[in-house]
Amino acid sequence: MSNKDVKLTIDSVEVTAPQGTTVFQAARSAGIDIPHLCYEPELDLSPTAACRLCVVEVEGAAAPPASCACPVVEGMVVRTDSEALREIRQTVIELLLSDHPHDCATCDEFGQCKLEHYAYALGIREKCEAADPVAVRCEPDAPMMGYDRSKCILCGRCVAVCQNMQEVGAVDFQGRGFGTEIGIPPGVSREDSECEMCGNCIAVCPTGAVAGRRTVGIRGAAKVRTTCCYCGVGCQLDLNVRDGRVVGVTTTSDNPVNGKWLCVKGRFGYEFIDHPDRLTTPLIRRNGQLEPATWDEALGYVASRLTEIKAANGPDAIGLISSSRCTNEENYLVGKLARAAIGTNNVDQCARTCHAPTVAGLAISFGSGAMTNSIGEIPDADVLFVIGSNTTEAHPIVGLKIKQAVRNGATLIVADPRKIWLTNIANIHLPIHPGTDLALINGMAHVILSEGLANAEFIKSRTEGFEEFAKIVEQWPPERAAEVCGVPAEDIRRAAREYARADRGAIFYTLGITEHTCGTYNVMGLANLTLLTGHVGKESSGVNPLRGQNNVQGACDMGALPDVLPGYQKVAVEENRRKFEDAWNVTLSNTPGMTITDMLEAAYDENLKALYIMGEDPVMSEAHAGFVREALGRLDLLVVQEIFLNETAKIADVVLPASCFAEKDGTFTNTERRVQRIRKAVEAPGEAREDWKILVDLMNRLGYPADYSSPAEIWSEFASLSPIFAGINYSRIEKVGLQWPCPSLDHPGTKFLHSGRFTRGLGKFSVVEHSSPSEVTDNDYPLVLSTGRTLYHYNVGTMTRRVHGLDKKSPENYVEINPRDLEKLGGQDGRMLRVTTRRGSIVARAVATRKIRPGMVWMPMHFAESSANELTVDAYDNITRTAEFKVAAARVEVAW
Amino acid sequence: MVESITNECVPDVLAVIDEMNVSSESNLIAVLQDMQEHFGYLPPAALQEISSRIHIPLARIYGVVTFYAQFHTEPRGRHTIRCCRGTACHVEGAGRVLRTIEKELGISDGETTPDGLFSLETLGCIGICFLAPAMMIDDQYFGNLTTQRVGSILRTYGARSCLHE
Repeated sequence: MSNKDVKLTIDSVEVTAPQGTTVFQAARSAGIDIPHLCYEPELDLSPTAACRLCVVEVEGAAAPPASCACPVVEGMVVRTDSEALREIRQTVIELLLSDHPHDCATCDEFGQCKLEHYAYALGIREKCEAADPVAVRCEPDAPMMGYDRSKCILCGRCVAVCQNMQEVGAVDFQGRGFGTEIGIPPGVSREDSECEMCGNCIAVCPTGAVAGRRTVGIRGAAKVRTTCCYCGVGCQLDLNVRDGRVVGVTTTSDNPVNGKWLCVKGRFGYEFIDHPDRLTTPLIRRNGQLEPATWDEALGYVASRLTEIKAANGPDAIGLISSSRCTNEENYLVGKLARAAIGTNNVDQCARTCHAPTVAGLAISFGSGAMTNSIGEIPDADVLFVIGSNTTEAHPIVGLKIKQAVRNGATLIVADPRKIWLTNIANIHLPIHPGTDLALINGMAHVILSEGLANAEFIKSRTEGFEEFAKIVEQWPPERAAEVCGVPAEDIRRAAREYARADRGAIFYTLGITEHTCGTYNVMGLANLTLLTGHVGKESSGVNPLRGQNNVQGACDMGALPDVLPGYQKVAVEENRRKFEDAWNVTLSNTPGMTITDMLEAAYDENLKALYIMGEDPVMSEAHAGFVREALGRLDLLVVQEIFLNETAKIADVVLPASCFAEKDGTFTNTERRVQRIRKAVEAPGEAREDWKILVDLMNRLGYPADYSSPAEIWSEFASLSPIFAGINYSRIEKVGLQWPCPSLDHPGTKFLHSGRFTRGLGKFSVVEHSSPSEVTDNDYPLVLSTGRTLYHYNVGTMTRRVHGLDKKSPENYVEINPRDLEKLGGQDGRMLRVTTRRGSIVARAVATRKIRPGMVWMPMHFAESSANELTVDAYDNITRTAEFKVAAARVEVAW
Repeated sequence: MVESITNECVPDVLAVIDEMNVSSESNLIAVLQDMQEHFGYLPPAALQEISSRIHIPLARIYGVVTFYAQFHTEPRGRHTIRCCRGTACHVEGAGRVLRTIEKELGISDGETTPDGLFSLETLGCIGICFLAPAMMIDDQYFGNLTTQRVGSILRTYGARSCLHE
């Protein structure tokens, strides 16, 4: 790319454009829209110039070139509209219409169809009778999306998106001549094909040829802009609402997070909203059965029991589990309910299960526990180090940005025990043994130091603790690390050199780093690497934990944590407490409360008497489910506020029907610290209530007066008490969300952290060393079991497993095993295996795959009837008490 | 000559790919031609293997396969009949010839007889217009065809007529 600018004239307007851009792009930047069908300006892909609609007149050119493929030249004189051009364009559209069905009156795309738009704009009234219309032929029973050849104009946008952006290549042109169509391989059903059903082809289809299955009737639907309710990327989407029902999801390019792109869950995962299994009335357990009750009965019962338990056992006998799935405002209220209305700091949420080590580890190293950079910066990184993150499945839109960075020429290093998708495009794959991350990290640090690749200036001016760190790292030459990790020392060297030499080096990780007994140390180890090389505190360079839930970042920000008040203000600090005591008009407890892990153990020991859980399913999501069930069973009172009767709600004393993301207003904070709106699109089913209203009602019943008219009011209260959020309010984030820290109303938000200065002042090198996982293999349990997420389901599966298409694509639990190990067991691909650990035993279908190395098995965690967490180990990170979900010793046998 | 494709064929597929030292999309067509030479057609399992071995999406490979008339994804007969439908043959009664072949063998254009003996194709012109109407069986030309001659020629290749069954 050259920085040289070129001057040209388009429609008598002087336009300046960088050399290498096309006439189309130059015109677009000048606000001139040239008609186009096959070119998709949103894509970073080379144009095919197939439709010939974007032709322009260039002075001196023999024939009108296609502007999408015509580079700008100094002094060029371009006309985008003339009688001759209109004639060419009319012919193009007439030919396309000649075999296009004339059923616009009943087509769902009517009003949005680009073919129709141009036919209208060019005044085409007569149909050219060159050919017979192609017969309407839809894919029968396509689970989520299907293709109708008759509406297809063969522009190839879908093929380009699928092959070159999504890099899946599920569809291509099939056949030739009039018989040409866009298709998956013949004889394969869509759910068995490679199609990931992201539906990004739908987003670019100019007609209605590719469409969602349920989006029939989408025409005229109201569009409600909101934030996706699945992972922490925080994609913006429009819920299409008709007759009080969500009938589809569409996207537009006017947002900085995901643009038009979504993954399969975002685009099709909305069917759970009006699923008949939704909870519609409060339930109270009477004579062992959960029976319908009124809100007055249910909340009255909860309030009186909580009051009794508090009177008899003190406020710390009560615990609250808040929800990373709920809004910021609701998380703020749960914290307030615990601290102000009940008087305990026993409040936590499922960040404990995933990224608590991130919050703790990065706070120690940098002073602030969040993703340092923004999603939009990823394509500009030149070295990406992805460790313990199956990004394309768990955070698909971040995965797209990583693919884009690699297309831009970046080097990709992947450390993961499995051959995850990213290893297809990685320059270096380090298939380390599970739980040996820190040996790898310190081995890389050793190479960087011993080969003189460290950033001495950065270490000197911006960090502390280097000497002690260097001493430890000296003991980890790559050969030693290689032996522990099970990868060649030379690969560790190459990875270290590539990372150190980067201009803009970015680290990405998720739970493969945190869900270990050394989770916090792993995080600090990664922070060390950035301090050593100076790859932090600048654009596209940093350490990026990808958060798992839509609002797990926000739930932490809101102080739904046992040791901090909203805005990460430590509860043990008197000054912080005093501020909140004044605002909340109560005296606050100064002792940090219990984590989820502590609460479950205290329940087991019968020291915790009551647990109030909002939007969380610990029986499914915590390690060692058998223990969790037993612990919850010993409580005097278990209240679950939920949208479905999940595994935990089934054993609750009171179940309160709540609302999902489509049924309320509020905000979610995504993984890049961006606070974004969610908006009410439909009514909650039956008597189900918005979560914040339930919490306000309960606070009042507990004798703590609370009165909010809207979530916006709750946000204002929070922002007034939390300096790093003080500049954010609903009107500022009406269109585009803001990234914290945002301390004042004129502050633009913070794209990347630690520029010039770390939150804590100097970056702190930590002395952290490899330690073995809590459970190692032996003769009885010879295999390492690791668990994780998949593309088609979300966490405990209560929502995605109620979406027809997702369930069809991924209907049941499975266990990935190397074919060699499977053969040794006498098992067969597709047959059932029994997986047993010291804690439990479940049955799942065998998937023989070389993705996984011998000696290891891997299972997803989404399936209640065969829950992987029956097996996982209740050993915890020594700092944050996050369980070691990623390593357990297991035995596998043929079941049937 | 035609092997039925089973998992046992996969090592063959691998051997062919190894031998060709395929590393990119650029010689995909040559690989497909070799495959077809080897198996008589392009078995789905072979295409799947090519796809995973040389990292070309299966849909893209099928895009190439379905674009060119020379590629077949179904097992082929031992003999390929190519019935000419060029202008000269058309005028001289190619339609009658094609209908006769179809009736004699009980198959339509593009199909293969159940006994695996014949596959039937039609094409634009085989270049012997002076002998119209004409057809080819494998690389042998037959011209000045009549309905009777077509039947007897097919029988010399071992066809049992379907006409009287």
